[in-house]
Amino acid sequence: MLKRFLGGIHPKDSKVYTMDKTIEIPPLPSQVVIPMSQHIGAPCTPLVKVGDKVKKGQVIAESDAFMHSPVHASISGEVIKIAEMPHASRVNCLSIVIKNDGLDEWVQGIPLHREWDQLETAEILDIIKGAGAVGMGGATFPTHIKLSPNKNVDVFIVNAAECEPYLTADYRMMLEYADRIVTGVKIVMKVLGVSKCFVGIEDNKPEAVSVMKDAFKGTSVEVVSLPTKYPQGAEKMLIKVLTNREVPSGGLPMDVGVVVQNVGTTVSICDAVVSGIPLIERVTTVSGDAIKDPKNLLLRIGTSYEYVIDYCGGFSKTPEKIISGGPMMGMAQFTLDVPVIKGTSGILALSSDVVNSGEESPCIRCGRCVKACPMGLVPSMLSILGERNRFKEAKEEYGLFNCIECGSCVYTCPAKRNIVQYIKYSKAQNLAQSAKK
Amino acid sequence: MSSETKVVQESKVQNIQPKEIQVQDQKFTVSASPHIRCNESISKIMWNVNLALAPAAIFSIFYFGFPALINMIVGIVSAVACEYLVQKFRKMKITAFDGSAFITGLLLSMSLPPTLPPYMVAIGSFIAIVIAKQSMGGLGFNIFNPAHIGRAALMVSWPVAMTTWTKLTESVDAVSSATPLNILKHQGYTSLIEIFGSNTAMYKAMFIGTRNGSLGETSTVLLLIGGIYLIYKGYINWHVPVCMIGTVGILTWIFGPTGLFTGDPLFHMMAGGLILGAFFMATDMVTIPITTKGQIIFAVGAGAITVLIRLKGGYPEGVCYSILLMNAVTPLIDRFVKPKNFGARG
Repeated sequence: MLKRFLGGIHPKDSKVYTMDKTIEIPPLPSQVVIPMSQHIGAPCTPLVKVGDKVKKGQVIAESDAFMHSPVHASISGEVIKIAEMPHASRVNCLSIVIKNDGLDEWVQGIPLHREWDQLETAEILDIIKGAGAVGMGGATFPTHIKLSPNKNVDVFIVNAAECEPYLTADYRMMLEYADRIVTGVKIVMKVLGVSKCFVGIEDNKPEAVSVMKDAFKGTSVEVVSLPTKYPQGAEKMLIKVLTNREVPSGGLPMDVGVVVQNVGTTVSICDAVVSGIPLIERVTTVSGDAIKDPKNLLLRIGTSYEYVIDYCGGFSKTPEKIISGGPMMGMAQFTLDVPVIKGTSGILALSSDVVNSGEESPCIRCGRCVKACPMGLVPSMLSILGERNRFKEAKEEYGLFNCIECGSCVYTCPAKRNIVQYIKYSKAQNLAQSAKK
Repeated sequence: MSSETKVVQESKVQNIQPKEIQVQDQKFTVSASPHIRCNESISKIMWNVNLALAPAAIFSIFYFGFPALINMIVGIVSAVACEYLVQKFRKMKITAFDGSAFITGLLLSMSLPPTLPPYMVAIGSFIAIVIAKQSMGGLGFNIFNPAHIGRAALMVSWPVAMTTWTKLTESVDAVSSATPLNILKHQGYTSLIEIFGSNTAMYKAMFIGTRNGSLGETSTVLLLIGGIYLIYKGYINWHVPVCMIGTVGILTWIFGPTGLFTGDPLFHMMAGGLILGAFFMATDMVTIPITTKGQIIFAVGAGAITVLIRLKGGYPEGVCYSILLMNAVTPLIDRFVKPKNFGARG
C-alpha cells in the first residue's frame, strides 16, 4: 500500500516536447570546457597543464579531500586553457579547456570488460570512485560516498520519478538503456548488501513502468508506479511514499536505512564497473517553448549550451530564461557559454509566455503555500521573516533548514512572492552567522 | 545621453528583425527557482469571491427593491474610491481595482439594513478601507475584517438606524417587519413561530430568503451556492463554515429556551448573518489563521461567541463581533498552531 506525502502541487508536466524523441548523439564540439567542480564537495585540482595532450577518459583533475569526485577528459585533444570560466551553478569555476583533435581516442585500458559479480565490494567502490560517478539527478553527490553508508541500510531506492516538468532524460534512459539500469541496480544492491529495492516512477510515464517491470522480471526489485505529484522525486518524499519511513529533520536517508540513487546514476555505475568507462557523457533534455527542435541528447561533459541549442535548431522565439535543470529547481543562466556538467539533467529555454512571473506583492495569508509545502513548513512566514532580516527566528521557530527548496510554495503563490529566494537568503545568512562564531 | 540613444537604436534594430535572434546580444533573466508559476493571482481570487456573492446580492435587489441596489453601489464605489485615494495620496502602487476593495464594499453593504441611508454606507466604507485596512498597511496587513469594522463602527454611531427594520416591499411585509432574531430576542420563540405560521414555513422562508434582515444575509440557499463554489475552486477551506455553523447549531440546540437540548439549531444556523459571515467573512484569508488547524479553532471560537451573544448578550445577533474578536486572537493562534514539520522528532 502506497503512502502519500502531504502537500505537493500539480504543474503541467510539459514532457510532450521530448517524450517520444529517442536519445540522439550530436557531432562532437570543437572544444569542451570541463569545470573542476561538478559535484558536492571540494573542487578538484588540475593534473594537466596547457599544451598537454589528453585522451578520452583520462583523469585530468583530482583532489585529496574526502568529499570529491575526480574529473575526466571527455574528448581527446589538447589542453589549450586553464582558467576561471562561467559555470551553471556557481557563476565562475576553474575549468580546463580541451581542443578537439577529432580522433576521439580512448585513454589506454578503456573500454574493458569486467565480470562484476566476481569483484569485491571494496573494489567496486574504488572503481565507482575512480570513474567520477556522482548523483545525476542534479544534486551531484559523489556516488561512492553515498554507497558507503555508516549505518545499517536495508532498502535501495532507484529514483526514476522525474517529477520536474519538461525533463525526459530519465524516461528515455529507462526505455533505451533498460539493460544497463538493471545491471547498475544489481551492482548497487550487491555493494549495499540489500535484498529489497524499489524503482519509483511517476504514473505519467506508463511506458517506462512497463519496460522497467519487464526488465526486472524475476528479480527482487519492485517497480512501483507513483502518483504524479511534484515533488514526488524529492528523496525524502520518495522514501516516505515507498517505505513509509520519515527521514528525521536534519538527517539523511541512511538514518532510516535507505539509500536513494537517480536512475541515470545506475547507468553510469554500470558503465564504470562493467566497461571501465568513466562519467564523461550524460543524457540531457533540451527543451522549452523557445527551442526550435527539442531533443534528448547524449552529450559529452563540457559541451557548451550554445552548441547544444544550435544543434536543436536554435531559438524559435526570444528566450526569457535559460535554465540548467528543471523549471522548478533548476538554475537560471546569464550566458550560453556555460558547459554541460555531470548534473545537467536539462537545458531549457523558456519564453516570457512561460516564465512571466508577475510582480511580487505582500502576502495575503491565503495559506496555499502551507498546503503545498511537502515539509510541513509555513513558507509565507519564512518569506516574511527573510524579508525583514529575522533569520534566527526563521531557523529556530519556523524550521528554516527543513526546507528542501522544491519551489511548490512559489508555484502556488497568488501574490507571486519569491519565497524560495528569501529562504535561500535566510539560510545563507544563518550559515554566515554561525561561521563567525 | 549618448548611451541612451544607443539603447534605443538597438531595440529598433531588434524590432525590424524579430526572427533573427542574435544570441550574443541576448540578455537572459536570472532569478531564483522556481521558474514557472500557477496562473492564480490575487485579483483572480478576489473577483471569484465577488462572483460567489453575486447570487445573494442580486436576490436582495429583487427582494428589498431599489434601496438595496443603491446601497450596494454606494458601498462598492466608496470603498474602491477610498482605496484609490489613499494609495494615490501615499504614492503607492494602485491596487484599488484588484477586487478586494470591491469585496469590502459589497460585503459591508450586504451586512447592513437595506433601509440605511446611503451616506452611512459610504461612511462605513471609509472606516473599513481607510481605518481598518489601509492604515494597517493595506491588503495583507489588516488585522480585522475591514467590512466588519465598518459595520461595527456604524453600529455604535447610529444604533437606531442600524437596528430599524422597516417594511420595504409587499413580500417583506408578508412576514414581519422585524428580523427573526429580533423577534426571538424580544418576544420569544413561540411568537416567532406564530408570526411565520408554522415551523416549516419559517424554515422555508429562511432557506429561500423571504425574511427581513440585512441586505445580503437572508437567502441561505444562494449564499450556500456561492460558498460551495469557493470551496470547489479551492479559495476557501470547507472547515471554516462547517465548524462555525456547526458550533452554532450544536450550542443553540444544547442551550435551548426551555432547558437542555430543547433549542432550534436549524433556525439559529440560518438566522442573522451567520451564513454570510461563516462563508464570506470568517474565510477572509488575511484575517484568519493560516493553517487549517488554526482555522478550525478560529471557526469554533467564532461560533461559540456568536451563540453567547445571541443567547446571553444584549444584541440579537453576534456574528460580526464574534469574528472581530477571533480576528484579534488570530496572530496568537498562528504563533502556537503550526503544522508538524516533516521528520520532526517526537
